[in-house]
Amino acid sequence: MIVFPDSSDQTKRWSQIFFFGLARILSIFIIVILLVILYFIISRGISVISWEFLTAAPKESMTQGGIMPAIIGTLYLILYSMLIAFPIGVMAGIYVHEYSKDGPVKRFIKMMTNNLSGIPSIVFGLFGMALFVNYLNFGASILAGSLTLALLSLPLIIRTTEESLKSVDQGFRNGSYALGASKLYTIRKVVLPIAFPNIITGLILSIGRVSGETAPILFTAAAYFLPKLPSSVMEQCMALPYHLYVITTSGTEVAKTRPMAYGTALVLIMIVLVVNLVANLLRNYFASKVKMK
Amino acid sequence: MQRTLEKGVEILIKTCGYFTSVVVILIVIFLFKEGISFIGSSPVEEGFSIIVSKSNSLQSITSQQAKNIFDGKITNWSELGGDASDIKLFSLEDLSKIFSEEELGNDFENSDKCIEKLLDSIPGAMVAMLDAALPDKHALNVLPLDKITLYKFLADTEWFPTAKPVGVFGALPLLLGTLLVSFMAILFALPFGLAGAIYLAEIADKRVRNFLKPLIELLSGIPSVVYGFFGLVVIVPFVQNLFDLSVGETALSGSIVLAIMALPTIITVSEDAIRSIPSDVRQASLALGASHWQTITRVLVPYAASGISAAIILGVGRAIGETMAVLMVTGNAAIIPYGLTHPVRTIPATIAAELGEASFGGLHFKALFALGCILFIITFVTNYMVDSISRKRKI
Repeated sequence: MIVFPDSSDQTKRWSQIFFFGLARILSIFIIVILLVILYFIISRGISVISWEFLTAAPKESMTQGGIMPAIIGTLYLILYSMLIAFPIGVMAGIYVHEYSKDGPVKRFIKMMTNNLSGIPSIVFGLFGMALFVNYLNFGASILAGSLTLALLSLPLIIRTTEESLKSVDQGFRNGSYALGASKLYTIRKVVLPIAFPNIITGLILSIGRVSGETAPILFTAAAYFLPKLPSSVMEQCMALPYHLYVITTSGTEVAKTRPMAYGTALVLIMIVLVVNLVANLLRNYFASKVKMK
Repeated sequence: MQRTLEKGVEILIKTCGYFTSVVVILIVIFLFKEGISFIGSSPVEEGFSIIVSKSNSLQSITSQQAKNIFDGKITNWSELGGDASDIKLFSLEDLSKIFSEEELGNDFENSDKCIEKLLDSIPGAMVAMLDAALPDKHALNVLPLDKITLYKFLADTEWFPTAKPVGVFGALPLLLGTLLVSFMAILFALPFGLAGAIYLAEIADKRVRNFLKPLIELLSGIPSVVYGFFGLVVIVPFVQNLFDLSVGETALSGSIVLAIMALPTIITVSEDAIRSIPSDVRQASLALGASHWQTITRVLVPYAASGISAAIILGVGRAIGETMAVLMVTGNAAIIPYGLTHPVRTIPATIAAELGEASFGGLHFKALFALGCILFIITFVTNYMVDSISRKRKI
C-alpha cells in the first residue's frame, strides 16, 4: 500500500510545480551544453573553413595549408570498413532474426554481440594491432584500420538490421510461404525490400560512428603527416579525428595550430550533423510512407 | 542447381551469424596471450643482467628496489637487508673506461673476468650488464629480480614502464585514476540524466519530446576527440581559474567531460525503463489521489529502479573505457590520485599514449596488453550485470 504523508492539496500542487520546473530546467541545461559545444566550435571554426583549407595539404608543420589528406583518409576508412562490415552485419542480423531459434545458441550469439558493442574502442585498437598489423602482417595500413573499424561497427549494424526485420509484419512472410516461396526467396524478395530503408539508416549511423573514432586507428592506420595521398590499401593514411588529436596536443606552436584545430573539429562536427540529419529525415520519410499504407 | 545455391547462401548467412562470437573469442585470445605472458616475466629489460659480488647475501630484489637503486635513492645494501656496504653502480660504458680494450678482449670475451676483478675490489658494486657483452658461460653472481605477479601488478603504486634497465609496473594508480574519473563523472551526470529521463518520459508533451530526442542522440554522436578538444579549450581553463590551479588538466576536468559524454546513455536507457512501465501502475497511483509528481517519485522511479541502475552501470562502463577525451584533459600523471584537482591518468589513456613507443613484443608492450585485459574484464562484467538486470526485469 502506498501512503502519501503530505497529501494536502496545496503542498501537493506546489511541490509538483516546483519539481516539474526543476526537471525542466535540468533538461534544458543538457540542451544548453550541446548548443554551447556546437556554437563554440562552429563560431570559431567557420572563419578557418575555406576552399584552400578543404583542398590543400598541411604546410609549415601543420600551421598552414589544409586538411585534404585527412579528409581523403577518413573517406577511405569509411568506405572500406563499411564494405566489410555491411554485408557481414546484415547477414548476421538476418541469421539472428530469421534463422536462429530461441534457445541457448541464440542467447549466446546475442550476448556476444552485446559484449562486442561494449568493448572500449582502445581495446579494439590493441586487438587490431595484434591481429592485423602484426600477426597477419598487414602493417599499419588502411586495410588494418578499416578491418578494425569494421569489427567495431558490426554490433550497431546487426542490431539495426534485427530491429528492421522485427518491424516487418509476419503476414508478409506467411503470404509468401503460402505461395510456395522458399525461406531465402521470401527474405530476399519480400522481407528485405520492406526492411531496407531502416537498414540503410543503420548504415548511415555507423558511418557517423566510424568517421569519428580515433583510438582504434591510432596504431593500425593513422599517420601524423604524409606528403602524398595513399596509393594502395597497404599504406598508412591521415585521418580527421587523429589529425585533430595531434594538432591539439603535440604541436610546439599551439597558438598557430589552434585555428587549424578549430577548422578540423568543425569539419568533423559537420559530418556528424549531416549524418544524423540524413538518418532522421530518412527515418521520418519512411515512417510516414508506412503510415499511409 | 538453384537449391545448392540457396543452400550455399544460407550457410553463408549462418556463418555470419556466428561472426561476432568468433571476433570476441579472437579478441580474448590475442589480448590475453600477450597479457598473461606479462605475468611471471622478470621486470629487467630483456637482454640485461644485474650482477653483484658473490659475497652479497641478498637472494633477490624487487623491481621497485632496483629502480630506487638506479635512481640513487638507495645507496647502501643494508637498506635492503644485506650487508652494510655502499652500492656502487657500473654500466657497460663504465667498464670500458676502467679496463682497456685488450683486457676486455674482442667482443668483450673477457668481460666476466674484468667484472670479477671489479667486484673483488669493490664488494658493494652492482653491474648492469648487457647479456650480449657477456661470454655465454660465466661464473658471475646474477642477482635475480622478483618476477611480476598478478598481485604486484595490481597493487604496486608506481608506474614507470620505461625506467632503465628495470621497469616498474604497478597498475594501481592507473586503476584508481580510471575509477575516480569515471565514478565522479556518473555522479555529475546522474541528476541531469535522471531529470532528463523523467522529463522526456513523463512530463514533456509529444512535440517537445520529438524535438529533444534527436538532440540528445546528437550529443552521443559527437566524436570523443571533439569532446576532448572542447574540454581542452573550454573546461580545462575554466577549472584552472575556478580553483586557481597551476594546471587545469585534472581529474575534475576529465570527470566533467565524461559526464557530458555519459548523459545520452543514462537518459535513453532510463527513459526506456520508465516508459516500459505498464500504464495500469500509473493509473492506480493517480486513482489513489497521488499527484503526478508523487506518482513519479514514489511509484514510477522505484518501479524502474532496475532499469535505471542498468543505465548507471552502462554509463560507468562506457566512462571507464573512454580514451581520447580523457587522454586530452586529465594531465596524464601516473600517480595515485590525491584529489579531484590533481592530474590523473586512466588505463585507456595509458595504452593510447604509450603503445606507440613500446617496442613490439617487449615487456612494456606486454604490460599495456595486460592493462587492456583489465579493461576487457571490467567491460565484460558491466555487460554481464546489465544483461542479468534486464533479463530479470522481463520476468
